[in-house]
Amino acid sequence: MLLAIVGGLLIGLSASLYWSLNGRIAGISSILNGAFFKGGDERWVNVCFLLGLVIAGVAFGAFTDRVPAPHLPLLPLAGAGLLVGFGTRLAGGCTSGHGVCGLSRLSVRSLLAVITFMATGVVTVFVARHVLKLWVAT
Amino acid sequence: MGGDVKARLTAALAGLIFGVGLCVSGMSDPKNVISFLDIAGDWSPNLAGVMLGAIAVHAVWLRWGRKDRSSFASLAPAGKSSIDSKLLGGAALFGIGWGLSGYCPGPSVVALGSGALGVVVFLVSMAIGMALSRVLTTRHALPEVRTPPATAS
Repeated sequence: MLLAIVGGLLIGLSASLYWSLNGRIAGISSILNGAFFKGGDERWVNVCFLLGLVIAGVAFGAFTDRVPAPHLPLLPLAGAGLLVGFGTRLAGGCTSGHGVCGLSRLSVRSLLAVITFMATGVVTVFVARHVLKLWVAT
Repeated sequence: MGGDVKARLTAALAGLIFGVGLCVSGMSDPKNVISFLDIAGDWSPNLAGVMLGAIAVHAVWLRWGRKDRSSFASLAPAGKSSIDSKLLGGAALFGIGWGLSGYCPGPSVVALGSGALGVVVFLVSMAIGMALSRVLTTRHALPEVRTPPATAS
């Protein structure tokens, strides 16, 4: 739990720096969207943020086992990716944009979004794991 | 040009710190995310700890780290104020994908560090999902703009 909180503090620091130095909200789904679909300068700032994420992942993966591979077969993984991409853009944010940044400025929209995606996430895991028994290994 | 380079460097720095935070907290591992969502199984509160830590720092920064301390409302992104079916429906669909895979957008990018093919598949399908959402929302938005206000009676 201590590591979870320390990691959280770093994420809060990152969101704060990005907001103060770049004037932007550190919502990763919006950053991905910008990197994929925006042009010029807008795209490159987003790409640079993502590069930072990837470098962190590669560095951690090289020294620890804390960046494990996904546990699902490719087809359901692709389906989940579609839902995450489609849903986050429709809702205008994800765990970082609505969860961290939105809740930090006491946004009611973000609170409702967070409650909604946590609820469907809990139901999905319950159905997949305990009703359909799709994956049991932890 | 100098401004562009500075913005890119600070963005990369913010991304790096964000990524290290995700790795340190264990949230780059889908198993840890799923065990937070698995309230009927071996439940772990760690994801809540990550969120609370991040929100504590960011909320304090937003509240006291600027000149205008009057309200949080001025920080809201422009043009996004309504609570509608797009917000709730989108969040609901996102939650299903999140629960299935254990990946939300941030950790899925960090997971490229695992070198697994599945991560690339996830990222490509996420991009396709985003493109579909863009197509759908702009199609729905266009007729509304073109409708003259006089037709409503």
